[in-house]
Amino acid sequence: MSKNLTLEDPLGKVIVVTSGKGGVGKTTTSAAISAELARRGHKTVVIDFDVGLRNLDMIMGCERRVVFDFINVIQGDAKLKQALIRDRRLEKLAVLPTSQTRDKDALTKAGVETVLEELRQEFDYIICDSPAGIERGAQMAMHFADEAIIVTNPEVSSVRDSDRVLGLLNSITDRAGKADADPIRAQVLITRHDKARVNSGEMMTVEDVLEVLAVPLLGIIPESKAVLRASNLGVPVVLDAPSAAATAYEDAAGRLIGDQIEMRIAADPRRGLLQRLFRRAV
Amino acid sequence: MFGFSLRPRKASASTAKERLQILLAHERSGCGGARPDCLPQLQREILNVIRRHMQIGDEAIDIRMERGDELSSLEINIEFPGKLGLN
Repeated sequence: MSKNLTLEDPLGKVIVVTSGKGGVGKTTTSAAISAELARRGHKTVVIDFDVGLRNLDMIMGCERRVVFDFINVIQGDAKLKQALIRDRRLEKLAVLPTSQTRDKDALTKAGVETVLEELRQEFDYIICDSPAGIERGAQMAMHFADEAIIVTNPEVSSVRDSDRVLGLLNSITDRAGKADADPIRAQVLITRHDKARVNSGEMMTVEDVLEVLAVPLLGIIPESKAVLRASNLGVPVVLDAPSAAATAYEDAAGRLIGDQIEMRIAADPRRGLLQRLFRRAV
Repeated sequence: MFGFSLRPRKASASTAKERLQILLAHERSGCGGARPDCLPQLQREILNVIRRHMQIGDEAIDIRMERGDELSSLEINIEFPGKLGLN
């Protein structure tokens, strides 16, 4: 009767989206990957770890609905269920916002662990949107992760910071400290990739970045106007109009959960003649 | 009718500005839940009032909020056990 054992729901997987450097696309990535996983039918929650500077709520478009936050839950002022904001577009997606008014010391290791354990029971994927830097907030976001997405621009300071973050993942996290646990599976996601500048030799190639970092590639997100538009509208880029960035994020989310998808560098669709004539605003 | 309009769509930048103005107005005024302990306290007080009359658990209360430009709404749902546990 061993079959019955496999019927039990496996615990959810915790995936941290991190980078070290700020402004490389962690929150855009967290929003897009979590929306795509939910659209594929997986119960997904995305958590903002940037205490004091909350922004995931704006990128997800739920900023007007925040009542309780991650810190309220850790401090016992609200139950997890009360702080989770259900997405109005995707039934399987939820957002756990962070506090705008506290400081990063409000995140305790025990508190974070308790909340993540509870989320693992209910959700298939728990996406942790890390703050920039390598201090407390970033360390809390990565501490209990099973996997990591390192968001990197093909640019020297970003690649250097990514290397530093990879070092932390392999030294200070829960999995790194347990002799019997597998190490964190880390993959690099290259964002703001500009094919024209790579071709003209102005930008490092994907191969250059991978050679330096020596971790597997999760995906290549092209520089795209769609990203700013999605952020303006408060819509994860994969849920907005079709774009090269959306396609690239869909592919990356697929690879994250084990799909074999050929690596490609998507290009934004050219506007039709009529659209160009009438200069439809984006 | 033809699937496209001669007028440009509203640019996404103006949506961004409107969203920021509404959100920041709420955050600066400190009302509408921006004060850190206002809502947990409200929740505790509501629970205490209800408990004077009925038996409900800590998780029975659910507070939802929608901040608007002119108007915000606070929605409070309280779940009771199958049969009302009146004291």
